[in-house]
This record gives sequence, structure tokens and C-alpha cells, in this order.
Amino acid sequence: MLSPLILIAAVLNGLMIGAVYALVALGLTLIYGVLHIINFAHGALLSAALFAAFFAYQKLGLDPYLAAVVLTPGFFVLGYALQRFVIGPASHGDDRNMLLVTLGLAVLIENALLYAFRADTRTIDLAYGFKSIDLGFTFLSLPRLISFVAVFAVALALWLIMSFTDTGKAIRAVAKEKLGAELAGIDVAHIYAVTFGLGTACVAIAACLLIPTYYVNPSAGNAFVLIAFTIVVLGGMGSVPGALIGGLLIGVVESLGGFFFGESLGQVGIFLIFIAVLLLRPRGLFGASA
Amino acid sequence: MKTFLPIALGVAVLAAVPIFVHSNVVLNFLVVTLMIALAGQGWNILGGYGGQYSFGHAAFFGTGAYTTAILQANYGVNAWLGFAAGIAAGAAMGGIIGGLAFRAGLRSSYFALVTLAFAEVLRILASVAPITGAGVGILVKLDLRAQSFQFQSRASFYFVILALVAASLIIAQLIERSRFGVWLVAVRENEDAAMALGVNATAVKLGAMIVSAAITAAAGCFYVQYFLFIDAGIGYGTWMSIEALLTPIIGGVGTVFGALVGALVVKSLGEGAKLITGDVPGLDLMIYGAVLVLVIRFAPRGIVGALADIYARFGRRFAPSRKTAVEAVRG
Repeated sequence: MLSPLILIAAVLNGLMIGAVYALVALGLTLIYGVLHIINFAHGALLSAALFAAFFAYQKLGLDPYLAAVVLTPGFFVLGYALQRFVIGPASHGDDRNMLLVTLGLAVLIENALLYAFRADTRTIDLAYGFKSIDLGFTFLSLPRLISFVAVFAVALALWLIMSFTDTGKAIRAVAKEKLGAELAGIDVAHIYAVTFGLGTACVAIAACLLIPTYYVNPSAGNAFVLIAFTIVVLGGMGSVPGALIGGLLIGVVESLGGFFFGESLGQVGIFLIFIAVLLLRPRGLFGASA
Repeated sequence: MKTFLPIALGVAVLAAVPIFVHSNVVLNFLVVTLMIALAGQGWNILGGYGGQYSFGHAAFFGTGAYTTAILQANYGVNAWLGFAAGIAAGAAMGGIIGGLAFRAGLRSSYFALVTLAFAEVLRILASVAPITGAGVGILVKLDLRAQSFQFQSRASFYFVILALVAASLIIAQLIERSRFGVWLVAVRENEDAAMALGVNATAVKLGAMIVSAAITAAAGCFYVQYFLFIDAGIGYGTWMSIEALLTPIIGGVGTVFGALVGALVVKSLGEGAKLITGDVPGLDLMIYGAVLVLVIRFAPRGIVGALADIYARFGRRFAPSRKTAVEAVRG
């Protein structure tokens, strides 16, 4: 007899991991909303951020949550520079070229990591890595609970930036009407780069939240990004609430799918959702138009 | 016949290689390179001429490979029949994915994502389903006879793959000069405008996808004959999808020789890097990524396009540059 408590535990676990998916997807959807391209380098950047968090702990003894304070602005600058000096100039204003350049960067970054650190999978041991909270019927991993809360804090911060700062308003203006924004005196290349930087900063935070319970290797980020693609499509490309809700939903689907059908078929479920949404409702649940 | 002269010359030069080179290492390198060129030429039909950038051409490579491998290993079907069946299955897969994606009106990032997702679903299914040998893959029995599409010498394999590449070059040339090709390029340049002029964009893209898938599937079938093995990571892996688009883009997107030139350059760079530094994992692929970014930055029409520009600049109208109207206006 299947106890409902086990199901609730699976759902809770799904929500926890779903929050991190949502954060990765948030970066992706932000970039899509403004630049109108899927950033294929997102996964490689996540792997790079995981390595950065790993070495910050290993070499400097920096706690991952503290490392986030350094890595987040660091990756913002990295993302800004990538868009401003590499992706922007290389794409000649063509969407398809932009896709290819991010793909090229993905291959470059992932294999640079492979070249530098080899394919070994590494983990860190933290005092609180396996701490959990007893809910009576199940245990909640403490680091995952922290990441769950942190993701919502990041989403709130992003929302505040978008709503109340001049830069945020400029980003929204460019997303809505690029030419009009340019005529109004907004530096579109700068705004593109800022957006790319924000998306990359999301990845750095996600890495710091993941590393206490997750592992790192040169392709560690890819698993998340394939899921993040699904979330972004499901929630509607460019929609921030869509990314959050989509992330939680996919986390739960994966957790329940894995519970009922085993790990690898649970993943097929995610991709089938992905394809179904793309074909039947490409603007997603919250998106405005495809 | 003048239009096919460059193809005849290029193929003749490549066909002469085994006369001078007997090293199995070199021949093996060329066989693999030509196989990637063939897969890339498939991508080029849809992506280069049609402007639909697929990020999941492994779906067709893998379908071709698995079809012929399963038919041979499980049902004892003749390898040449399996080869034909593999191409047909790849084309059918192209028809299914293309039919779904184009009817749903997916473009640009959306099309890239849906093709990627199909390849991933196929990869996961192939890595669990019993008929594809699940995680183990499929081994084809060694039977070194020409009637089972297996050869004693590398040179024979080389001539077979060269013939396939030659056929793909001729197909590209025929498409380029046909009405269908003109429609395809019109769709690439401006789909809405093409539709306003009465081009059935969905049908044109679907047709290109089927031809494209069939050519890439042929590369997959050849892979199985050459290595006598296929598994999900090779057949449907992301890397196959990337190589299929990398070669024509670096060589010259939407040109007859793009994929071939791209494959030769990219593979030579990769092997060169390995020779210099030893077999360090990652370095060759790192170079591929860097070259991709640099080519798009400095030679967006690839090596062939850049060469055409150089010819045009020196006043000879040997290879007229194919600038689009928009590019011409921008200068």
C-alpha cells in the first residue's frame, strides 16, 4: 500500500531541487526575454561556477554560501564581458549566429574545464552537508532547504531590480521594443550585456547553493541546463514567474517520475513535456507570444 | 556539365590520395573526416540553404545507424539492404520531427530546442530499450566481404565514403540550381516575404529536412559498417549534433563544399593539436569551440565564403560573392 506520506516526501524533495532548477532557468529566461536567444553556454558557465565554488572551498577554505558573495559579482562581470566583447560583436546582429556563438563558447568552456581539471568528479565535505530536519514522516536536507529559501530571495531581488532601478526599466524597455529603446537613448549593447551578466550571476548563485550537496565535473552543468530549457519553455520564454513555477513543477515531476518509473525514464517524462509544450503551446504557461 | 566540374576535380584529388598514401592512420583519419563531412552536408541542406538551425541532427545519424545495425544483428538482413533501410528510416524520422516542428511554426531558438529535445529523448530511449541493446549497444558480426559492406582494406572503405560524399555534393549542387533550392533560400532570407510570394514555406522546409535527415542518416549507417558498433552515446549523443553543424558553418554555410572543407579543416586542427600535446582530453574540442566563435566573428560565411570574397576582391568574377541584399546594403 502506497502511503500518502511517502508521496508528500517525494513532492517536498521535488520542490527543493526544483527551486535550484528554477534559479538556473531564471538566468536563461532573463537572457531570452531580452536578447531573444537561448544561451547554450549556460550549462558550461554553471559547470565553471561549480568549479569556482569548489576551489574557493578547497584552496581558500571559503564556505560556499560566503563564496557566493564573491562569485556572484565575479560571474556578473564575466557574463557582461562575454556578451559585450564576444557574443555581441561576433553575431553581427543575427539570432542564428548568436545561438552558434553561445554553442561555441559552451564547447570551449566545457573542454577548457576538462583540459584543466580532467573528467574526475569531485565533491566537498561540509559539516552541514548531510544535516537534515526531521519532519516526523520524512527528513528535509538542510542545505536544500537553505537553497530553497535563497532562490526566492534572489527572485525577489531580481524583481526589485527590474521594477525600481533605472537599469531594470531600461532592460524591460529593450525587451519590449529594442528600436524604440535605442531611439530613447538607451545603450542597447550595454543593456544586452547587463542582462547576460545578470543571467550568468544567477548561475553563480545556483552553483554555490548546489555544491554542498552536489558534485562537480566539467559537464555537471549540462544536466541542469537541459532541464532549465524545459522549464523556460514550459513557463514561457522570458517570463520570470513562469520560470519559478515551471522550475518547481519540473522538480516535482522529476521526483515523482523517478519514484514511479525509475531515474532514466523519469527524465524522458521531462523531455516529453518539453516537446509537447513546444509543439502545442510554444508560448508556455505564462509567455506572451512565441 | 560545367557546374559539376569543381565537384569532379575535388573528388578526383581526394580519390588520388590512396595512390600516394598507404598509412592506415592517415586513411582512417580521412575516412572519419569524410564521414563527418557527410553528416555535416546533411545539416547544410536544412541549415545552410534553409536557415533552419537544427541542434539535434544526431537524431538522424543515430536512427540510420541503429536501423541498419538492428536489421543486421537481430534479423540477419543484408548490410546493403540495411544501409538503404537506415537512410529511409532517417528520412522518415526527419519527416516526423520536421512535420511536427514546422507545422507548429517553430523557428530560430524554438526549432533549435525542439530538435535537441528529440535527439535527447531518442538517446535516453536507446540507452534503456532492449532492441537497441540498452546501455551495451549493438555489435555487428565481423564478415569481411564486399557483399556484407565490410572490406579488408581501409582504402575500400575510403572509396565508399568518398562516393557517398560525392553524391551529397551533387545533391547540394542540384538543389542549389533548382527551383526548390531558390524557394529554400528565399525562406532562409525572409520567411514571411517568401510566403507572401506564394512559397509554401512549411512544405519547402519539410522537404529540406527529409533530404537533410537522409544524408546524415547515411553517415550513421556508414559508421556502423566501419566500426561494427553503435551505442546511444555515439549515435544519439549531443556531440554528433554539434559536429554536424560545426563542419558546414566553419567551412561555409549554404555552400556546396562547405561541409567538406569544414570537416577537413576542423579534423586536421583537432589531430594537429593531439600530435603536439599528446592525447590530452578536451584540447581538440576546445579548439573546435574557439574556431567556431572566431569563424562566426571574422568570416560569417565560413572558409569557402571568405575565399570567394578574396577572389571577388581581386577583380576576377571566378566565384561571385553571394551577399544577400541586406548584407549588401549594410556593406
